[in-house]
Amino acid sequence: MDTTYDKLVPAPTPDTQPYWDGLKEHRLRLQRCADCGKVRHYPRPMCDACWSMNTDWVDAAGTGTVHSWTITHYAFHPGWKGDLPYILLTVDLPEGVRLNAQARGISESALRVGLPVKVGFEPVTEELTLPVFEAV
Amino acid sequence: MPLREAGAVTGVGETKYLRGTDRTALSFQLEASLNAIRDAGLKPSDIDGLIPYGHGAVAEDFITNFGIKDLRFSATTPMGGASAVASIQCALAVIDAGICNHVLLSLGRTGYSGGRIGARVQQMPQFKLIGEFEMPSGAIAPAQLYAPMARRHMELYGTKSTQLAEIAVTTRQHAMLQSNATMQRPMTIEDHQASRMISDPLRLLDCSLESDGGAAVVISAVDRCRDLRKPPVMVMGVAEGHPDSPSAITQRPDLTTLGLAKAAPKAFAMAGVTHDDIDVAEIYDCFTYIVMCQLEDLGFCKKGEGGAFVENGALGLNGRLPVNTHGGLLSQAHMAGMNHIVELTRQLRGEAEAQVPDAEIGLVTGYGDMGDGSIAIMRRD
Ligand SMILES: [Zn+2]
Repeated sequence: MDTTYDKLVPAPTPDTQPYWDGLKEHRLRLQRCADCGKVRHYPRPMCDACWSMNTDWVDAAGTGTVHSWTITHYAFHPGWKGDLPYILLTVDLPEGVRLNAQARGISESALRVGLPVKVGFEPVTEELTLPVFEAV
Repeated sequence: MPLREAGAVTGVGETKYLRGTDRTALSFQLEASLNAIRDAGLKPSDIDGLIPYGHGAVAEDFITNFGIKDLRFSATTPMGGASAVASIQCALAVIDAGICNHVLLSLGRTGYSGGRIGARVQQMPQFKLIGEFEMPSGAIAPAQLYAPMARRHMELYGTKSTQLAEIAVTTRQHAMLQSNATMQRPMTIEDHQASRMISDPLRLLDCSLESDGGAAVVISAVDRCRDLRKPPVMVMGVAEGHPDSPSAITQRPDLTTLGLAKAAPKAFAMAGVTHDDIDVAEIYDCFTYIVMCQLEDLGFCKKGEGGAFVENGALGLNGRLPVNTHGGLLSQAHMAGMNHIVELTRQLRGEAEAQVPDAEIGLVTGYGDMGDGSIAIMRRD
C-alpha cells in the first residue's frame, strides 16, 4: 500500500458510501430498488423504473464479460504516468449493469467482446480499494 | 412547427485562431462578437438576447462592454460541445416568443494557453458520476471515455483506424484552403497511422486541437433579417437530443448511438428536407470517430456503415458529402463548434474560402458532454 498516493480519489456521498465500504471488504455491492428490484449503477437516489427512493444493496456475482475497452498510452494525470500503458475494460455484469475498471493479468491480444472476466480488489490506500478485472 | 424559419443567421465573426496567446478568453469573445455584430450591420447595443457558451463570459460582461441598455434575455445551454448549435434552438424560441429581435451566441477561450480542454472534465458538475466511479481507475479524459465507443464500433462492424484516418486527412485538406486555420501541414493516411497512440483506438491525429480564440453568431427574427448587411441564412430545422445514460457512457445501453440520433429526425422533419438535399455538412469533430458515428446517427448511412461511407475522399469538397469545409476542430481550431456555424453560414452565403459550388442547403451539428447532440439545417435565402 502506497502512503503517498498521488492519483484521483473518489469523494463518496451518503448515496454512494456503501459501494466503497463494500470494496474495502472485497465485496462488489450494487444498489437495488427496494420496491421494484431493479439494480442500478452508478449509485443514485432514485429508481428510474418506478421512482422509488427506497434502496438496498446486493452483492454482485463478481463475474462479467468484456463489452469494450481502451488501452491508454498517455497520462492525462501525472499519477498514472508510471502505469502506462494500461487497459480499461467496460464489462457487462450479469446483474444488468456495467463496471469500468482496469484489467490485471489480461494481455492486449486476448481482448475481445465477450471475454469472460472476474472482479478483483486492489487496496490502494487505507481508505480506498478499487475494483479491477482479472482473467477467468 | 412554429420555429421553422422563425429566424436566420445574420452575422458571423471570428478572431484569428491561435495556439499561444497572452490575451484573455473574454477579450477573444468580445472581439469575435463585435465582428459578428458588424457582419450583420448591427451595433452592439442592438443585441437584446445573449446565449454565451458556458464557463466563459456572462451577460454582465456584454452589458458592461457593449453598453446594452435593455437586455431582455440571457441563458446558457449547458451541453458541452453541443451547446453552440443547441443555442440556435433556444434563440429561435425566444425570438418566436417575441422576447428578442437579435440574439448573440458567442464563445471565447484560451484552450491552448489557459486551462487545457482535456483536463477540464474533472471539474464539471455533470461528470460527478464519472469523477467518482471512473476517474479513480484512470479513465479521466474524453479520449479515454470515448475510445470504448470507437472500439465497440470496430468490433461490431469491422470499422478500421484507416477509415478514421480518412476523416482526419480530408479535414486537414480543407484546413489548408483556409487563411484562418492553425494546422497547415499536409497529412496522409500514413501520417495518421504513424501518430502516437493516445487511448487505443484513438491516435493523436484522431484528436482535435486545443486552441485560443473566439467565434460568434447573431440570430435575428425573420421580420428583422432581410434589411441587414448580408443575406440571411434561414434556419429551417433545429433540435437537441440527449442520449440514454447521458453522463456515464459505460452504462449506456448502446455505446455506438449518440443523442444526435434522437434530434436528427426532428430537425429533418421540421426542415422538410431529405438527406439528398444537404449540399454541405459541418459536423462536430472533437474526435474522428465522433464524426463517423454522427454520419450514421444523422441517417446518411446505416449504423455500422460509417467507415465505408467516409472512404475515398467522400467528405471532400468534391465528394458525395462535403464535411467540415473549414478544417473543423481537428485542423482549424477548437471553438466548440461555434466555428462550424460560422462556416455553414459562409457556405450558404457563397462566401466561404473553400466554397462548395452552389451550396443551397446545409446542416451543422454539435456533440458534447459525453453524448449530447444538436443539429440545425439551414438554407440560402
Ligand atoms: Zn424501482
